[in-house]
Amino acid sequence: MRGSTQFTILISALLLLLAGTLIDARLRQAQASTRLAHEQALTRMLGLSDLVLATEARYTRHLSQADFHAAFQDHPAALDHFPSGSVFAPPTTLRP
Amino acid sequence: MASLLRRKGKNLSLLLVYTLLVFLLASVLLYTQALRKEATLVLANSPEIIVQRLVAGRHAFIPAQYLKQLGDVRGVTYTQGRLWGYYYDPVVKANYTLMATGNKGLAVHEIAIGAGIARTRQLTVGDYLSLRNARGAPETLRVKEILYPDSELLSADLMLLNPESWRQFFAVPQAVYTDLTLAVRNPAEINKVAEKIVQRLPDTRPILKSEILRSYDAVFSWREGLVSLLLSVALLAFVIFAWDKASGLSAEERREIGILKAIGWETSDVLRMKLWEGAIVSLTAFLSGYLLAYAHIFFTSAALLTPILKGWAVLYPEFHVIPYIDYLQVATLFFFTVVPYAVATLIPIWKAAITDPDEVMR
Repeated sequence: MRGSTQFTILISALLLLLAGTLIDARLRQAQASTRLAHEQALTRMLGLSDLVLATEARYTRHLSQADFHAAFQDHPAALDHFPSGSVFAPPTTLRP
Repeated sequence: MASLLRRKGKNLSLLLVYTLLVFLLASVLLYTQALRKEATLVLANSPEIIVQRLVAGRHAFIPAQYLKQLGDVRGVTYTQGRLWGYYYDPVVKANYTLMATGNKGLAVHEIAIGAGIARTRQLTVGDYLSLRNARGAPETLRVKEILYPDSELLSADLMLLNPESWRQFFAVPQAVYTDLTLAVRNPAEINKVAEKIVQRLPDTRPILKSEILRSYDAVFSWREGLVSLLLSVALLAFVIFAWDKASGLSAEERREIGILKAIGWETSDVLRMKLWEGAIVSLTAFLSGYLLAYAHIFFTSAALLTPILKGWAVLYPEFHVIPYIDYLQVATLFFFTVVPYAVATLIPIWKAAITDPDEVMR
């Protein structure tokens, strides 16, 4: 088989898989609708304001509820030592 | 194709590095986009305004009498106090969020827990969990319910108690709440209501739903920015690699160009051929990298990225992100990975192609 034919087959297969991801995304979105409804109901019922993305520090667990001293919460000039603190930006309300 | 295969090892390693780069960039892009979209959808039902009290710049309990004062602000339709706090469980070295709710029909000493706590402490419905309360005495709580496991992104570390038990557990007096939530009739008035709240109760800080949503949007954008910054360094290294590969054209490649020119190929023909070679490499790398990233994020639940988020946390939600793909981002990724490669390789080839064939072959 010529190289160009092999390449065409490879690219066609990859493009087919790419189209497959589009279908997969749609299917997963449809499947997740019940879960989203549950999550939305829980948010409404409990008045939740944050996602459980990191549970190690107060200011990354409840990001939007962090106070002005979040980064120095243990004592003045205490540097932020939790890994997640370097990954999350401070909430928009606390930015200068 | 034949020309590419003649330098199989070199081109295969290039393809591998290129694919890896696209994989990393696309993984970050897909993950952050999925989380951002999910945060927006889920937090759309958050309270419109949360009012916190600040004492010496730090979050403090808010007096229950503020509820009445806030209820009197024009436009506020509903006020409620929230009771929540943290509990560090030394047994598993994990932090829980303890929250009070009257909606779950929980009796005293009954709890509803998130699936994350259930997994970490190996609890099922009907089991008992002993925690030390604020006075240091052990308190035995019965698991009445495990919250819907699919909602771990919201509830993994949640432990719900009835308000009475919560106050008893933390020894918090009746007259205070952790913070207050408000509903506002007209969404256009929310900012005005927040302004009025600060005027009437200067020791409070209103947090608006729009700010929460914006914060989450910014969090993921920033993270995306942070990782993109690191990856852009990788991209730069890749451009240098590609440039080096192409500018240091091997003698064999130079001879190939020379022979082609000698047998009558125009400079444009050589360029077109090399452009096709570049297109083959970059298209294959982009498609494979993107597909691998999709599988990584949505089939393995971002196995390589979650350690970054987990940090020191013992208790971490298990969740599958939903693929919400921003096609503009994918197009941008395509542009930023394919174009630098094309530019980096084309110029040196063009230089070789315009040289006299005799000189090139010599």
